Amino acid sequence: MPEEILASFAVKRLSILDPDGKVDAALMPPFSDAELTRMYEAMVLARTFDERAVALQREGRLGTYPPIMGQEAAQVGSALALSPEDWVFPSFREVGVHLTLGYPTVQLLQYWTGDERGQQAPARLNIFPFCVAVASQIPHAVGAALAARYRRDPIAVVAYFGDGATSKGDFHEGFNMAGVFRLPLVFICQNNQWAISVPLKGQTAAASLAQKAIAYGFEGVQVDGNDPFAVYRATRQALDKARSGAGPTFIECLTYRMADHTTADDASRYRPAEEVALWRERDPILRLERFLAGCGLWSEAVGREVRERAAGVIDAAAREMEALPPPALAELFETAVAELSPRQTAQRKGR
Amino acid sequence: MAQLNMVQAINQALGDEMARDDRIVLLGEDIGRDGGVFRVTEGLLERFGAERVLDTPLAESGIVGAAIGMAAYGLRPVAEIQFMGFTYSAFEQLFAHAARLRSRSRGRFSCPLVVRTPYGGGIKAPELHEESTEALFCQSPGLKVVVPSGPYSAKGLLLAALRDPDPVLFLEPTRLYRMFREEVPEGDYTLELGRARLARAGSAVTVVAWGSMLERVLKSVANYDAEVLDLQTLNPFDVEAVLASVSKTGRVVIVHEAARSCGLGAEIAATIAEEAMLQLRAPVLRVTAPDVPVPLAKLMDRYLPTPEQIRAALDEVLQY
Repeated sequence: MPEEILASFAVKRLSILDPDGKVDAALMPPFSDAELTRMYEAMVLARTFDERAVALQREGRLGTYPPIMGQEAAQVGSALALSPEDWVFPSFREVGVHLTLGYPTVQLLQYWTGDERGQQAPARLNIFPFCVAVASQIPHAVGAALAARYRRDPIAVVAYFGDGATSKGDFHEGFNMAGVFRLPLVFICQNNQWAISVPLKGQTAAASLAQKAIAYGFEGVQVDGNDPFAVYRATRQALDKARSGAGPTFIECLTYRMADHTTADDASRYRPAEEVALWRERDPILRLERFLAGCGLWSEAVGREVRERAAGVIDAAAREMEALPPPALAELFETAVAELSPRQTAQRKGR
Repeated sequence: MAQLNMVQAINQALGDEMARDDRIVLLGEDIGRDGGVFRVTEGLLERFGAERVLDTPLAESGIVGAAIGMAAYGLRPVAEIQFMGFTYSAFEQLFAHAARLRSRSRGRFSCPLVVRTPYGGGIKAPELHEESTEALFCQSPGLKVVVPSGPYSAKGLLLAALRDPDPVLFLEPTRLYRMFREEVPEGDYTLELGRARLARAGSAVTVVAWGSMLERVLKSVANYDAEVLDLQTLNPFDVEAVLASVSKTGRVVIVHEAARSCGLGAEIAATIAEEAMLQLRAPVLRVTAPDVPVPLAKLMDRYLPTPEQIRAALDEVLQY
């Protein structure tokens, strides 16, 4: 018997906005000027939050914080494609998603001071708490998608994670179940190329992360993660596909972590300055500004004004956060369980 | 009333509750077409369909993780893990998420799920099929751990677990699955979680046991004036019932088939030492497995607590 080819595959890469700010008109989603402006403002807001959070940490006013700098296009571009009824399972480096969905800024800052009240998502948002255990939120998204389908709810479920997560068992167990059950899921990987000190080539021998989906029987696509238009288009298509019952999609957003892993990390110990400099030139906000300038929607003055407005929003939130009373002792017990045991009740009284 | 074994009682509880509550969805390996490796879910696929009895891929962490997402969404999932030794793959999901979701989300989400798994030795099965590591799970505030000791308590405790607002690990003593039958009411009844059951009244010594060891304890104490408490819920355990019995008898023997060190017996003994030291007339004794890995069949009888060991401990505290 001759050998035969059982399967062969191709992995697509989507890019719409090039580093010089030029777009591929055939692929460009039909954004209005207002939508383009909103996208830019959301990315600047995310960047501003990030800068302020790092500054507050340096001043001792915030705990350890994981910066998102460089990943604004991946986060804002995908979040803008979501509908309010969709369910979102974030990791811990997605404040750009939270801010774009309208998660209260005060609560985001509050959480990173070590105040868990910041994790109580408002009722209008179906967003899970930050997930620190890498990849472990992926099966939760699978379960929510199973439940949504059981309830005949026409929604999609989105899980966010990073490149490191693709090495974990829960990634593979979750992907496999998503494929087997053909669930309404969109998996969004922000491949920022560094899992703390381990570069992508230390994480996988595969040519892309996107192709991992193919082994589980569904589509994987790589997009330029610093291109908000490509991220938006891919996410929007995947969401439509999920809602129509055509199954899950994996979107790998190839981007770069321009800052340290967290404020407790020093990335200069393990990665070359030239690489960081190269990616700084590919800054997603600069790229969008170049495009908007070509459309007459951006100038230095517009940029300044947008940044000042964002700074005002974040500074006001920081002031509001710092004026909040600290959590009461009761917080330790109140949501630990639905009903305290006699022993827990006694412990609470004894504190 | 029907005479049922534990497998039938659990099957009845699941079927009754699924008929009553459309939020109940079962998921696990081989639970559908095959009815589960112990046939506990037999007939439920035919009765409720593949949307409510999901045969999943072989992925324990994925199963429990998916159950968490389903529970948060508003369903009441019941995950079956084929053997307790395979829950270790799902440890992170149980500890880092199921037990903490209510707290982490400050009450925005909760996790009303049940993970059912057979546990315990004496069934001549391969490695990791006869574990009894319940105390590990009792270290996780937010996760209830429930263990029935017979068909009657299995149905009543499972129905209570299925209606509990928080996650429950439901440990089914494999050795007892078909060992004996009991009168099991056909209708709806629950046994309150967190409550021990007085399995036998007595006044000279208190024996605390649960699950697989209860039957062995009851056989062992026939000629003793022993009070036997069936703990039923291990986390949180019924401190009040233990202390009430100890204050009456002044003597305690704790029996569990898990290894001794840091077993649940240690927590119970420490609680008695803190709360009832002056009522004690003898040291608190434990009859447990030794601190070695669970053996296979040929040495299982030398590993599990024996009636002779239980009686020797009773004699020791009574003659102290």
